Amino acid sequence: MIDWGYVAAILPELVRALGVTVQATLLGMVLALVLGLLWAVLQRSTSRVAAGAARGIVEFVRSTPILVQLYFLFYVMPDLGLTLSPLATGILALGLHYSAYTAEIYRAGIEGVPRGQWEAALALNLGRLDTFRFVILPQAIPPVVPALGNRFIALFKDTPLLSAITVLELLQTAKILGSESFRYFEPLTLVGLFFLALSLLAAWAVQRLETRLVPHG
Amino acid sequence: MDLPRPFDLLPLLLDGLATTLVLTLAAAALAAVAALAAGLGRVSRRAWIRAPVRVYVEVFRGTSALVQLFWFYFALPLAGIEIGARTAAILVLGLNTGAYGSEVVRGALRAVPRGQWDASVALNLTRAQALRFVILPQALVAMLPPAGNLLVELLKNTALVSLVTVSDLAFQGQVLRSATLRSGEIFGLTLVLYFAVAAVLTWSLRLLERRVARGRDLGGLRL
Repeated sequence: MIDWGYVAAILPELVRALGVTVQATLLGMVLALVLGLLWAVLQRSTSRVAAGAARGIVEFVRSTPILVQLYFLFYVMPDLGLTLSPLATGILALGLHYSAYTAEIYRAGIEGVPRGQWEAALALNLGRLDTFRFVILPQAIPPVVPALGNRFIALFKDTPLLSAITVLELLQTAKILGSESFRYFEPLTLVGLFFLALSLLAAWAVQRLETRLVPHG
Repeated sequence: MDLPRPFDLLPLLLDGLATTLVLTLAAAALAAVAALAAGLGRVSRRAWIRAPVRVYVEVFRGTSALVQLFWFYFALPLAGIEIGARTAAILVLGLNTGAYGSEVVRGALRAVPRGQWDASVALNLTRAQALRFVILPQALVAMLPPAGNLLVELLKNTALVSLVTVSDLAFQGQVLRSATLRSGEIFGLTLVLYFAVAAVLTWSLRLLERRVARGRDLGGLRL
């Protein structure tokens, strides 16, 4: 049933596409980490408007499908005179969508920092930003790194959505290969195996990280 | 009936929304069964049950939902198994969510204090009876909040089916876009509709949580 010659023939093409997938994953995650931190800190803002807006953005982005967000960015941004490549649009959508999740994770981390730390920072006459930078975040982030790692894996598994806006990542490449040869079984199974192998590897790495970063007992 | 812009788009989008809701409910039902079966399988004392269940959970959690959908829709027919787009959609969404749900079930079963098992043994209950009457009712309380999150994730994941020609809300949005090119209005409205459904789901789940937790002594249970 499986044509091994065909597998060998399409493998190089798929490995090349994997590069695009990895690029989208890494850049999307960087964006998600930065934006999420912004939302989390803004939610703690003394300005009610800023805090409410950040809360609203996180809630809305988290409750709507990333595919439709992707369409929104892909079709509406050009109308507003902002034209990005499909890959850049995809990275933006991944980063934005996952920032809603990372924001919640950061928030949990920040809430885990004892109140006394805020008071001590105040007593030391630190400004609000300095308090975050030097006192709160260094304590809030390490315990939530594993949770962020799990989001990273989830983001990786959402990259095939970029095929919907013509990005030549793994899935799109497999689909094209399949349509050329009328054999979808091999390329799609290979893509599935790629994802399985990489996410199992990543899950193992996150678990190792967890034992190192999060003190148990 | 002529509605003012952008609401003239609503009738077609609501058509899609109906499909989205049906898919969500059907997949949720399948997911609940799969999650419970796999969750119980993961804590089984028999290795020949644990192993295949583990494979199911790892495969469906480890690969992307969209890849799974394409595989069921495009690749399976080539292996001689022909299934329709809707069936493939419900199957994949249900099994995918079920795999994540099994972890919720497993975690909730673990959260029930050991003493409850010991007490069941003392009362001469069989293992099945203990599960049915003692352990599961308590675990259910711990399951509901994460299950609610999964339900919203499932709702969002239903948008993927538009990529295998099922005419759900996201699909109708695309159809309208190619017909009218009013992208901003169409996808803005689509996002708002998804958000509204998610809000209703979250809210009803919270009501259910309160109902199930009512009158229960949560004493030793760590939520």
